[in-house]
Amino acid sequence: MPEARFKPGDRVKVLKAYPPGHIRTPHYIRGHVGEVERVCGAFPNPEELAQMRNGMPAQPLYRVRFRQKEVWPDYQGPDKDVLEIEIYQHWLEPA
Amino acid sequence: MKDQGNYKPLSYFQLMEVSLRELLVEKGILTSEQIEAEVENMRSRTPERGARVVARAWVDADYKKRLLENGTKACEELGLDVPALKLVAVENTPQVHNAVVCTLCSCYPRMLLGIPPDWYKSRNYRSRMVREPRAVLAEFGLKLEEGTQVRVHDSTADMRYLVLPMRPAGTEGWDEARLASLVSRDCMIGVAIPKLGAA
Repeated sequence: MPEARFKPGDRVKVLKAYPPGHIRTPHYIRGHVGEVERVCGAFPNPEELAQMRNGMPAQPLYRVRFRQKEVWPDYQGPDKDVLEIEIYQHWLEPA
Repeated sequence: MKDQGNYKPLSYFQLMEVSLRELLVEKGILTSEQIEAEVENMRSRTPERGARVVARAWVDADYKKRLLENGTKACEELGLDVPALKLVAVENTPQVHNAVVCTLCSCYPRMLLGIPPDWYKSRNYRSRMVREPRAVLAEFGLKLEEGTQVRVHDSTADMRYLVLPMRPAGTEGWDEARLASLVSRDCMIGVAIPKLGAA
């Protein structure tokens, strides 16, 4: 299993990429910057599983917290509202 | 005059389900009894399971701590098996309100809440809950203070989420079973809060 590159509190950016296939990183969050809330452990890569492969090596999975106002500039609500999303390590880079 | 009943032709997906099921049986991969048993097993899981977890957390502060640290283990303590996935319990407080959605499909803690309601799987809920959660919650009848932080959890991968609502005032001295009766499915998804008199 690859090392977990990030720890809680780290600022991370979701890759702005649009590869084909079964991707569990929602479109709306690609390219946005958030903060690691927790490391969830490592899980077989769903993009590989969807191709009938074994998903190994397992990918570290993070819960990343985003400010709603950063994701949706016209968000109707207070600045403090947040969105938390699970994202696999290969979709994240340091921000 | 003929009684036509409610007959409708099978939809594309219903037909696919029947075909797949019959093929699995025909080829000896599964028996009809096994399929029936699994369907029954799915039906037997109801939100009462999740409500037991919430009620225990309300009466036992140490249990609540363990639940927030490791939801899967805390469920196992109550004899609730949550196989092959991780349960994350998120706690509502006077400052924070949590709600759960799966924008990609309909990931849902079935082992604690049973089969998800249709609205949870609807395009409307899935697309709007991350975009304008306060408007969606208001449509469920839940108006939140501006001062409360709304924390929406998009359940996109291997975790499953259970909202731990706040225990309503006026329930001092209640036993767990009575407390559990206040905890509806919607409270544990985060689109409602437990209320006295609702149960």
